Amino acid sequence: MLSSQIKSNEIVFGSCNRDLLEEIIFYGIGLGADFLEIFIENTDNSSVLAEEDFITSVSPSFGRGAGIRIFKGKKDGFVSTNDLTKHGLMRSVSQAIEMLDIIDNKREVFKGLNKHRDYSLSKKKWINEVPSIHEISEKLLVSTKSLKKNNKIITRKGSYSRNLQEVIIASSDGTYVSDIRLHQTVGLNVIASDAQYRSSGSRRFGSSGMPNEFRLWDHEKAANDVFESSMNMLYADYVDAGQMPVVLANKFGGVIFHEACGHLLETTQIERGTTPFENKLNEKIAHESVTAIDEGISEGSFGSLSVDDEGMEPEKSVLIKDGILKKFISDRAGELRTGHKRTGSGRRQNYSFAAASRMRNTYIAKGEHSKEDLISSINEGLYCKSMGGGSVGATGQFNFAVEEGYLIKNGKLTSPVKGATLIGEAKEVMPKISMCGNDLELAPGFCGSISGSVNVTVGQPHIKVDSITVGGR
Amino acid sequence: MNSKEITTQISKAADFLNLKKWDYGASFSNDYSVQVDKGEAKQLKASQKQILTIRVWNQSNLVGITTTSDISESGIKKALKQANIASDFGNKNETTEFSPLAKDPIKVKEVKKRNPVGIKKLLTLLRGAEVKLIESHKSIKSVPYNGLSESFFERVYANSEGAFRCYSKSQAALYLYARAEEKDKKPRSSGCVKLGYGADDIDIDSCIKEASNKTISHLNYSSIKTDKYLICFSPESFLTIINAFSSMFNARSILDGVSLSNKNSIGEKLSTEALNIYDDGLHEKNISSTPFDGEGTPTKRLCLINRGRIENFIHSESTARIFKTTPTGHAGLGSKVSVSPDWIVVEKSEANLDLKTSLDHSTYEGEFVYIEELNAIHAGVRASQGSFSLPFDGWLYKNGKKISIESATVAGDIKYLLKNIVNIESSQEVTTSGISPHIWVNELSITGDA
Repeated sequence: MLSSQIKSNEIVFGSCNRDLLEEIIFYGIGLGADFLEIFIENTDNSSVLAEEDFITSVSPSFGRGAGIRIFKGKKDGFVSTNDLTKHGLMRSVSQAIEMLDIIDNKREVFKGLNKHRDYSLSKKKWINEVPSIHEISEKLLVSTKSLKKNNKIITRKGSYSRNLQEVIIASSDGTYVSDIRLHQTVGLNVIASDAQYRSSGSRRFGSSGMPNEFRLWDHEKAANDVFESSMNMLYADYVDAGQMPVVLANKFGGVIFHEACGHLLETTQIERGTTPFENKLNEKIAHESVTAIDEGISEGSFGSLSVDDEGMEPEKSVLIKDGILKKFISDRAGELRTGHKRTGSGRRQNYSFAAASRMRNTYIAKGEHSKEDLISSINEGLYCKSMGGGSVGATGQFNFAVEEGYLIKNGKLTSPVKGATLIGEAKEVMPKISMCGNDLELAPGFCGSISGSVNVTVGQPHIKVDSITVGGR
Repeated sequence: MNSKEITTQISKAADFLNLKKWDYGASFSNDYSVQVDKGEAKQLKASQKQILTIRVWNQSNLVGITTTSDISESGIKKALKQANIASDFGNKNETTEFSPLAKDPIKVKEVKKRNPVGIKKLLTLLRGAEVKLIESHKSIKSVPYNGLSESFFERVYANSEGAFRCYSKSQAALYLYARAEEKDKKPRSSGCVKLGYGADDIDIDSCIKEASNKTISHLNYSSIKTDKYLICFSPESFLTIINAFSSMFNARSILDGVSLSNKNSIGEKLSTEALNIYDDGLHEKNISSTPFDGEGTPTKRLCLINRGRIENFIHSESTARIFKTTPTGHAGLGSKVSVSPDWIVVEKSEANLDLKTSLDHSTYEGEFVYIEELNAIHAGVRASQGSFSLPFDGWLYKNGKKISIESATVAGDIKYLLKNIVNIESSQEVTTSGISPHIWVNELSITGDA
């Protein structure tokens, strides 16, 4: 029988699902689960790609699914399914119970779901407020046209994606929550070429919960920025490798803190025993000029949430205060296994992932210096204006690609250089962040980790690192 | 709904919308995985997934697409309607058609499909592997990244002209990533991944041994002086580089202007005459082989580099039509069809007299850097520019001694790298991403200590 024909016995978005959710939770707790959580989602996404002066791809998608997680002691079983019928959800609970081999007679008590916290009430209209594909296409084409500034630009791309996710979260501690999340991103990319020289430039912008944001996006400013970056780098020489002081620009420069330190402050890293900061709470781990924050509450920021994927409202977590480690980023499993209180940071890409402790909007707080103060304090070094991606290894080493870099000589910016990579270890680099600028800005990004790819914001003011290894030629 | 029923439902719904031309790709999977932590089960996972992608052609022959996980009657109708709407925005400048090979017979080899062993057995096997790995050396304190999984899936392609392809298979994977700690030294990590058709096919003991040996081999480490070095790429690391720059052979990337090659690059000399590179998705050692691509084109072995020169590009239906050739079985299924390699096989050609055969990683006594594994590919490769700067795990061989390199990157240019291959060792090794021998390259920049 088709699932759509079983209307009375399946999850229906926009309706009250309390009875069915309680029945499923009662079932799991009755079978011996210590804790049971149901995460259900309904998605409506679309993406558009413009290349040169044409729309070359329009890709809508929609879907639904559920993830059921059961804890017994400190171990957990997670089952995901596309089947949202009572039968399908019950079967998933049985499967999780069976996987965990639950046989003891100790029973937790489920007292029913609490009052429904519905964060979606003011958001149901969003689907009608976001720009249409026609509107998106027109603006993307104007944007790619704006990139056509000279004949050295050989490829121009503009891309847009919109993810609308409706979620229901219910668990045996009484949590019963609904929410709608909206994320929009738009990006511009160019490749410039002249004889044997090649360069590229790219920028991405993003927002959460702001259906009108794409309409307000200043595509001219973005196009100018991307064009200038690619032109500046077209004839750049490769950077010489070495150990040197660097100034990292604000906005996406914050990826260095995200990768090098932020991941090591997630409780999943404590669980694995892979963070050097595990026993450093209230100890100095960074230069006293560094205060770092992770929060999910900045309005419109790409990593902001009304409620996390475990039904908890996000908090503002001061991770490092004046160089002293103050807090870890924690989810339900993290609290259970490491003792660090939840911070509203349980996040997942979609229903097929169990939530894990993940960053949201993560940034270094602003200091008191100007950008010029930082650059003029360096005799010979590197200014990293635009950062590419990065990663952190299992033992804490990180690396970041520098997309747009300039040499600093005698306190002044000089020639552009390409091919630079920043290499180091968090616990060695954090104490070397000696100056923070007064120009904090955030930038959107995607972070891939244990619970999939999630929307995040990175950020910082301009910062100076006294010494770091720069990989080059 | 099974694949025949989906085809019938799509056909009926398409008729209702007066859509005469359509195709679809669907996949159904059941996956099971376990992770352990010091002998205890940590997370046990099971998932059931279904994905359907439908393309339709409107009356102007423009293509629209929609993807959904809702494979119910109403879900299929909604997907077709959305695809129809999307077709109004179809690409007028590059049309897409059915693959002319979508009905060609496929030489189906024996399907190596296994039955599930179940979560409990996966857990028992992984617990045992974790214990053995920790016991293999006193410095190995934990296995922070580990997992054993098995997947069972079915893939379907069908179109309105009667093409219908379907296959199902199983696959299992084990990864063990150990962490070693010694007093007054930095922790060191390494690991191993093994694939099999089922959990019982995986050689767990060899995975443990390899993970242990690799991890221990990095205990005695030192920084390396920043300089240019003679490099020996392990089979795995060389395949990583070739895959990262596979846009050189990718017709889609060429048309998009993001490849180092152009339409006229067939015949261009890239490397020593001793180098042959194939894409061979059907190779018997490729556990992940698929008999057809997203457009239903049969998978086949294709020579990419013959005696150092570009021999072929990989194609979808539309790129093949533009290049006046036939699709090669490398297409995805999307609004804009992607093209990607399957499984790279690197070989030494018969024209190998210019190689320095004295360079053998197991016997050579001169100084060189052995690159075991390249990391952070997404961050350190600029495929459209040809440059790379990548952290790696490896060793410095000097004065007859081998010492692990603490933390370093290798940087260069793919064209320079290929042109400066000085030896291709004789024996090939099978990895998870292809087959290659060890490859020696002259003078690449390594950044370590200043």
